[in-house]
Amino acid sequence: MLRRTLLSAAGAAAAMLALSGAAMAQDTLKIGLILPMTGPFASTGRQIEAAAKLYMQQKGDTVAGKKIQLIVKDDTGTADVTKRLAQELIVNDKIAVMAGFGLTPLALAPAPLATQAKVPEVVMAAATSTITEASPFIVRTSFTLPQATVPMADWAAQNGIKKVATLVSDYGPGIDAEKAFTAAFTAKGGQVENLRVPLANPDFSPFLQKVADAKPDALFVFVPSGIGSQFMKQFVERGLDKSGIKLIGPGDVTDDDLLNNMGDVALGAITTQHYSAAHDSPENKAFVEAFKKANNGMRPNFMAVGGYDGMHLIYEGLKKTNGEGGQALVDAMKGMSWTSPRGPVSIDPQTRDIVQNIYVRKVERKDGELYNVEFATIPNVKDPVKAAKSN
Amino acid sequence: MLTILFDGIAYGMLLFVLACGLAVTLGLMNFVNLAHGAFAMAGGYVTAVLMNRYGVPFLLTLPLAFAVPAVIGLVLERTLYKQLYARSHLDQVLFSIGLVFMAVAAVDYTMGSQQQMIQIPTWLQGRVEILGIQVGLYRSFIIAVCGVLVVVLQYILTQTRFGSRLRAAVDDPRVARGLGINVSVIFAATFAVGSGLAGLGGALGAEILGLDPTFPLKFMIYFLIVVTVGGTTSITGPFLASLILGIADVAGKYYVPSLGAFVIYTLMIVVLVLRPQGLFARAR
Repeated sequence: MLRRTLLSAAGAAAAMLALSGAAMAQDTLKIGLILPMTGPFASTGRQIEAAAKLYMQQKGDTVAGKKIQLIVKDDTGTADVTKRLAQELIVNDKIAVMAGFGLTPLALAPAPLATQAKVPEVVMAAATSTITEASPFIVRTSFTLPQATVPMADWAAQNGIKKVATLVSDYGPGIDAEKAFTAAFTAKGGQVENLRVPLANPDFSPFLQKVADAKPDALFVFVPSGIGSQFMKQFVERGLDKSGIKLIGPGDVTDDDLLNNMGDVALGAITTQHYSAAHDSPENKAFVEAFKKANNGMRPNFMAVGGYDGMHLIYEGLKKTNGEGGQALVDAMKGMSWTSPRGPVSIDPQTRDIVQNIYVRKVERKDGELYNVEFATIPNVKDPVKAAKSN
Repeated sequence: MLTILFDGIAYGMLLFVLACGLAVTLGLMNFVNLAHGAFAMAGGYVTAVLMNRYGVPFLLTLPLAFAVPAVIGLVLERTLYKQLYARSHLDQVLFSIGLVFMAVAAVDYTMGSQQQMIQIPTWLQGRVEILGIQVGLYRSFIIAVCGVLVVVLQYILTQTRFGSRLRAAVDDPRVARGLGINVSVIFAATFAVGSGLAGLGGALGAEILGLDPTFPLKFMIYFLIVVTVGGTTSITGPFLASLILGIADVAGKYYVPSLGAFVIYTLMIVVLVLRPQGLFARAR
């Protein structure tokens, strides 16, 4: 008898605790932002954090009558740390949404947790095509590498480029870019020669000499953005720019964060990507100005815009569900469309991946600084890998 | 073909400037200093900061890229390294690797983790054609600087009084002291010069190798390969080893790109199997 009373008392207490917990949760909604804030990928984290904070500063911290609290965690660019942090945020902090994720392995690590806990995972940076397939709760606001690469192949084929040498760093995204470009370009009747460079490679000279000897019309390049400047310098030092070889590639090489410091060697590089700080629209002008003002003159890059749009997606999703998270929030995000600083974007309801314009840009000097200046637009590009699968 | 040879020599020369300081401390003073790369990084950052923040011309930053790490080296030698000369090599390794991690974290904290970029003067950019070979100007500059360094170092070590005192101090510190040689001053000076050379290498290499806080870790393996392959008892050993490794690395990556990354390591293994004491050192 005593035992039963105790049990029911315990049960009542537990129920009360749960109730009060629910009441607490109704007042604040927590967003866990997991980013590499230290280590070699810290610039990604810095850009996204700055953009997310800017968005909250502009739009206020109350959505659907609830206070939004942003919790930023540093995963140092290591996947098991990301997973541990995601678990802590879900279990201890009871977050409504997790966001951030600087690299592919970092976005994949917490995917099973997202599915199990029914917590939406907004990917703001990582760009491997398959990420959104890892969990039905993953939504992406950055881009996919094939999405930026395939239009490059189309543009090259249409502009009299017949023979291309590709030079990529020998790791996941590099190989993705090489494959996507090669497949799309050979399908258009072009010729491709592939070269892979070890990721820890101090000197590009032997590879560039090989390119010089092959005499292609263009060199397609994908290297992690930090190494891009070294690559550019050696490309010019070897006189490849003067021998008529065009430098083309997805926009990672001419990252806005670093571009201006690269100097004149970057001039004339042609890249395709979804965002340039020089994008000509009132939304972007306001965004760049506010971002620079809040961050000591730092120029926003494609990572920042992914973070900014990610916050927008979460805010608008929560407005639609009236503050409810989980499955309802993911459903609300599907099919949503808006005008981002990068141009018109939407979330594909089938794949939960972003659909956006891809721009062809050329590095030019504008107002004394180097920018990727857009000169052609390919509207509403879906991730070509998943588009090919569904057909 | 000759262009590849030229690039290989330039790369080898760069490896030599970076590693020769280590050859001095490890070979002559018998101290395992894994923190060598941290001094190289210091030199690189001195150049980058002076050029980007204060607009100092590239060539003027080079003496400072030598001097600042040399002074840091001197201070650390007097305060920390001195305590470890008599300790086992394991203690020295643990101590110096700890210094590396502290240096990486300190630079990350103060300068940020992004790549530092420098703009070399225009007269060093581009390339010219000499006798049908395409020759990069900056690489020629590196070869010239390193060539001078090799001659000067070799001269100091073998022909001057300081060189013979240094060798005596290393061979038997007690007897050297007994003969009136001030061993600790000689060690401190040598260590400072070794650190300074590393700094100069870091400054010269920033253009080609890049510069970020993980520099000492990324290139530690290359320094060690140069010194082990070359043997540590002379300057000529590491010098020839750098040249061989530089040429082999560049040529390997050019002719067999798929295996290119392994050439330098394969070479090291082969050399160490055949001559464990190093290519150019006498067996002990």
